[in-house]
Amino acid sequence: MAIELEGKSYETDEEGYLVNLSDWNDQLANEMAKADGAVLDENHWEVINFLRDYYEEYQIAPAVRVLTKAVGKKLGKDKGTSKYLYELFPYGPAKQACKYAGLPKPTGCV
Amino acid sequence: MSVLHIVNKSPYERHSLDTCLRLAKPDSAILLIEDGIYAVQQNSATSSKMQQALSNHPVYALQPDLEARGVNPDNMIDGISLVDYDGFVKLTTEYDRLQSWL
Amino acid sequence: MASKKFLYINRRPPHGSIYAHESLEVVLIGAAFEQDVTLAFIDDGVYQLMQNQDTGGVGLKNFAPTFRALGDYDVNQIYVEQESLELRGLSKDDLIPLTYEDEDDDWAEKDSIHVVSSAELADIIEQQDVILNF
Repeated sequence: MAIELEGKSYETDEEGYLVNLSDWNDQLANEMAKADGAVLDENHWEVINFLRDYYEEYQIAPAVRVLTKAVGKKLGKDKGTSKYLYELFPYGPAKQACKYAGLPKPTGCV
Repeated sequence: MSVLHIVNKSPYERHSLDTCLRLAKPDSAILLIEDGIYAVQQNSATSSKMQQALSNHPVYALQPDLEARGVNPDNMIDGISLVDYDGFVKLTTEYDRLQSWL
Repeated sequence: MASKKFLYINRRPPHGSIYAHESLEVVLIGAAFEQDVTLAFIDDGVYQLMQNQDTGGVGLKNFAPTFRALGDYDVNQIYVEQESLELRGLSKDDLIPLTYEDEDDDWAEKDSIHVVSSAELADIIEQQDVILNF
């Protein structure tokens, strides 16, 4: 599978996750969201950028339990709840946000 | 005929290094790559046999493999030379034969 | 479901085979099920925790930074056998510092790595319900 954007083709796996981490850019994230019928606002971006930083540091996409805890610590307690994250990413915060962030599907994703 | 002996297994996991040192003739060289590079560490269980090997052979270790494993060149036994991939290729051309102790 | 004690024994170096990376993946997946997880590093397994691993030159994924995420996954009982370190000319200072925040102690940051003797490790092995080897 692939995403076509401005004449360029970006390879994805069968679930729509980017194959090459380095292909990622903002526009591609918006494009992937559009395909799911979503529009990314600043709250989405906050989590997406958080995930990219987390991956940069630890070389993994965190499991949802770990993500929730870490978001609470970094972005404020009110945001570190699964309710808040599921509202932003109804397909599952770790799964969907990781996809838009260009990361692989989280390890231990349930 | 001179031989370049290549060891790519950890000296603690396999006997490749011991076998190599037992069978390498004095005019041959030893190159440590991949997990074989763990033999370079000073003050370890392998350091005395490596010191002995150094009195008979030039010993080389592949630098990118040290880096990948976090082995600090400062903790390397004196006398072992680091080579990069170009150096590796150059070595293979300088010796008549390659023997990989897999 | 009653929590069981799981021990993962790691005895292989990090990059020569897939075992080390696979073990870490299984640990992370297992941690999602909130079991009591302990890791042991014995023999060449101690090399997995070496500081300053840089795989850029060999074109392999560097998973060493992932060990630092274990604290977030509540994996904080990490035992390294003293004898294995000594044989390799290594000490605790050569290992990546791993920490966790202790929920029961006002989130104080604590060491996850404990260097233990073979005798101490033998006791730890005996206390487990399930042992997985990599």
